[in-house]
Amino acid sequence: MYDSGKIIAGLIIFVLFVTFPIWYNHGDAGAVPKVELPKDTKECVLPADQMRAEHMQLLNVWRDEVLRTADRSFNVKIGDKKYQMSLMNTCMQCHTSKKKFCDQCHDYTSVSPYCWDCHLAPVE
Amino acid sequence: MKYTFPLAAVIALVLIAWIGSQIPGMQYLFGVALPYLAMALFVGGFCYRVIQWAKSPVPFRIPTTCGQGYSLPWIKRDKLEAPNNTSEVVARMFLEIFLFRSLWRNTKSEALSGPKITYESSRWLWLFSIIFHYSFLIIVLRHMRMFLEPVPFLVSALEYGDGIMQIGAPVMYMTDAAIILGLLLLFGRRLVNRQVRYISLANDYFPLYLIFSIALTGILMRFFLRDGIDVVAIKTLAVGLVTFQPTISGDIGSIFYIHLFLVCCLLAYFPFSKLMHLGGVFLSPTRNMANNSRMRRHINPWNDPKIKPHSYAGYEDDFRADMIEQGIPVEKELPTKADD
Amino acid sequence: MAVVKVDTLSRSVAEGPSLMTGSIPRRDWQDMPVQFKPGNYAYPTKSEILAYLDSQPGISLPNARDWSPEDDDWKLPEDWKETIINGLAERLDKFRSLKIFMDCCVRCGACADKCHFFLGTGDPKNMPVMRAELLRSIYRQEFTLAGKLLGKMAGGRKMTTGVLKEWFMYAYQCTECRRCSVFCPYGIDTAEITMMLRELLHLVGCGINWAMEPVANSNRTGNHMGLTPQAYKGNVDFLCEDIEGLTGIKVNPTFNRKGAEVLFITPSADVFAEPGLFTCMGYLLLFEAIGLDYTWSTYASEGGNFGLFTSNEVMKKLNGKMYAEAKRLGVKWILGGECGHMWRVVHQYMDTMNGPADFLEVPKSPITGTVFDNAASTKMVHISEFTADLIKNNKIKFDKSRNAHVKATFHDSCNPARAMGLLDEPRYILDHVLDEWHEMPENTIREKTFCCGSGTALNTDEIMELRMRSGLPRANAVKHVFDKHAVNTLACVCAIDRATLTTLMDYWVPEVTVAGITELVGNALVVEGEKRQELDEGLRTLVF
Repeated sequence: MYDSGKIIAGLIIFVLFVTFPIWYNHGDAGAVPKVELPKDTKECVLPADQMRAEHMQLLNVWRDEVLRTADRSFNVKIGDKKYQMSLMNTCMQCHTSKKKFCDQCHDYTSVSPYCWDCHLAPVE
Repeated sequence: MKYTFPLAAVIALVLIAWIGSQIPGMQYLFGVALPYLAMALFVGGFCYRVIQWAKSPVPFRIPTTCGQGYSLPWIKRDKLEAPNNTSEVVARMFLEIFLFRSLWRNTKSEALSGPKITYESSRWLWLFSIIFHYSFLIIVLRHMRMFLEPVPFLVSALEYGDGIMQIGAPVMYMTDAAIILGLLLLFGRRLVNRQVRYISLANDYFPLYLIFSIALTGILMRFFLRDGIDVVAIKTLAVGLVTFQPTISGDIGSIFYIHLFLVCCLLAYFPFSKLMHLGGVFLSPTRNMANNSRMRRHINPWNDPKIKPHSYAGYEDDFRADMIEQGIPVEKELPTKADD
Repeated sequence: MAVVKVDTLSRSVAEGPSLMTGSIPRRDWQDMPVQFKPGNYAYPTKSEILAYLDSQPGISLPNARDWSPEDDDWKLPEDWKETIINGLAERLDKFRSLKIFMDCCVRCGACADKCHFFLGTGDPKNMPVMRAELLRSIYRQEFTLAGKLLGKMAGGRKMTTGVLKEWFMYAYQCTECRRCSVFCPYGIDTAEITMMLRELLHLVGCGINWAMEPVANSNRTGNHMGLTPQAYKGNVDFLCEDIEGLTGIKVNPTFNRKGAEVLFITPSADVFAEPGLFTCMGYLLLFEAIGLDYTWSTYASEGGNFGLFTSNEVMKKLNGKMYAEAKRLGVKWILGGECGHMWRVVHQYMDTMNGPADFLEVPKSPITGTVFDNAASTKMVHISEFTADLIKNNKIKFDKSRNAHVKATFHDSCNPARAMGLLDEPRYILDHVLDEWHEMPENTIREKTFCCGSGTALNTDEIMELRMRSGLPRANAVKHVFDKHAVNTLACVCAIDRATLTTLMDYWVPEVTVAGITELVGNALVVEGEKRQELDEGLRTLVF
């Protein structure tokens, strides 16, 4: 006996399963996130491509440092400038909107950082 | 040789992707052309293999019964281990495929002096396999966040759950640690268990090395070699691939291309290797058949009607005189002129 | 051939350098050619027997010749390699199981120490996975893309006479017991592999006489033992005389009687030699006690089927007699005696090969009225199912004290356990005929039962050491209950077991004797009108 009906049904399920992204997106790649950049500042604590790849690691280091040493002075020297290790007082000063900046990429790539478990997100 | 050749092969693959992806213009090959090719080989090859299997019939109903079969109504039967109908078979297969039930039975034997042969329950292989396969599955599903836009709730939930320990940033996934652990345990078992060591072939080590390298490059990319890892660019590429409008925006780090290339190799290798046990486990006649061959006739398409038993007539011709003498009934009496 | 002493063999199993005791061979298995020497192989088929079989319509068993496995030259036909590869291709097309089992193995090693041959010999090639690799390596080389491209690197191997010799060695060191298949995560069944190996070997005329002579006998005389109708009836008549002497019951069995309700078929070993004879006496007495309208057949006088150990064609040919005879005699259904591999054939193959049995009726016990709907299509019932039903319905009376001399344990035969699921019926019967019986350790019973070590036509004397080794796991478990509970009887539902376990017990646990379940039933059975003497040993008691 061949059971070809069951096997073909199984194969169809398999193919649908592994090609699920094709059916799900149905040809629509969606919009690439557009982040709203600060209007009055042109420079971040690190170059843009580095920030894109490593901002989470930087923030993590800052968080640990501040919590362990309670040192909130302007003690980070990057390039010529000194910054305070602070999400709210440094980053969010320029990138004022969580929705228009942080969430754009985070939502796109399904990243849910737990910054906002403790910090109060700006009211928007 | 059987350890080193596959290792060398995997190292060579890494080098190909590393060097190749840095050549200007080759990103399109590694990021777009090869993934399409690999996926086509995977889906096409997988279906081809299954269809090749399906072309051969299952001539006989040969389930392995691992419990009391259906018999007299008052005898308690084991519906899972000696299934009698399709729904019981489905239940048996479910446990086999999702919980590796047969491995759960495993024992380890030793020959002690006496001689005394002992059998102790041994579930290490079950545990290692469960760790490996389930972390692999979750990792694959997690990766769907790169291919689906918008990301469905189930994928985000899975990803959130996997990183719920909130260690580091980006958060560490438990399955990343688990798959590495699982692979090391399975690899270690191949080396340490003397029987498995002896039976292992190069084709057993290659997938282990390959999947290990995939996991390792994934981890390096996420946590350590983040240079040039722009997740948005990567997702744009991934979504572009599955919507057939691939674009490579910006420079993506080599580690990504190495990771992707190794995955392509795994996909292309899959249908032509022992990894096809993914499909085969569904089709194993000793597991996916009901033990009801005395209740329902199973048909063998190549059953040869020309094979007939040595006929009764021929038998009686051989022994008629003696049968009559013994008073055994016969169809034809002896000829009147009996031969002494 | 003198068999090695027990203590020597004991030490060899536990301490000898083998993969079981911890030493790993230095060379890869591909580089270890087999060596045939007296005692490690069963004698090849006699040429006249093979020639006779090849002449039979419907089956082909070519290349009859005189040869010895010890010779370098096996006198293979010129195109043997082509024959083997084509034969493999043909079987891949016919059996999905073969394709799946060739492709899916991941060499996880779960089966390795499950095989009684491996446990007893420690020979790496007796690990079920390795036995399959012997064939799989050729399959890879010839039939897979990776093997064609990469050869040895992809686990392939060229087909050589060395490989063929290896097949002959290890296809006849497997009893198709299916224990490995219980533990395999993909259900890979080495029995299927061994069957294919044996079929391939038969294509080039390499088989063993202990399988093929019974096959030839069965074809011509109706039974493996080669009993002519007069010998067959004579033996049963002798047993009837014994029964009368022991119990005062006069039993009058009939042979080849048309119009009987039931045709009874049991392995011919039961009418041929002890201790099967006592089981046969049990059948005769039981059927007399319940007044069953049944007949024996001298034409279908074999329950067993060594065709199962030869090829599917031969199996079909031999098995065909059961339905042919049932049809000729016009019986309503068939009752089958105690036998292991016979029941694999009846349960899993008979209806498919030789059905549909539309000339028979769904079996219904004339005594209890129970309809055996589990045999609704095949129309053949196992004696233990039949007896258990009689007991449940209080149709037979037992006096357990008549079995006072018996303290038993029960051996599940491979095939009823793993190819049928017949586990609790014999146990139910034992509960009713014995005061005391004990199970062997749990990893050695039911679906995990160990083979007697001599099934699939390997119960031949020239490989006695091998048999004692492969039977050791079973014997060892019996030894365990002997030490613990002073068990003196090993009960079973298999004719091959009755012969081979007797030899095995004599070697490893001489205090234990072997008995069929129906013998124990016969011992305890209270029959109306009996004049039973004090029988110290039940139906085995010698009365003068």
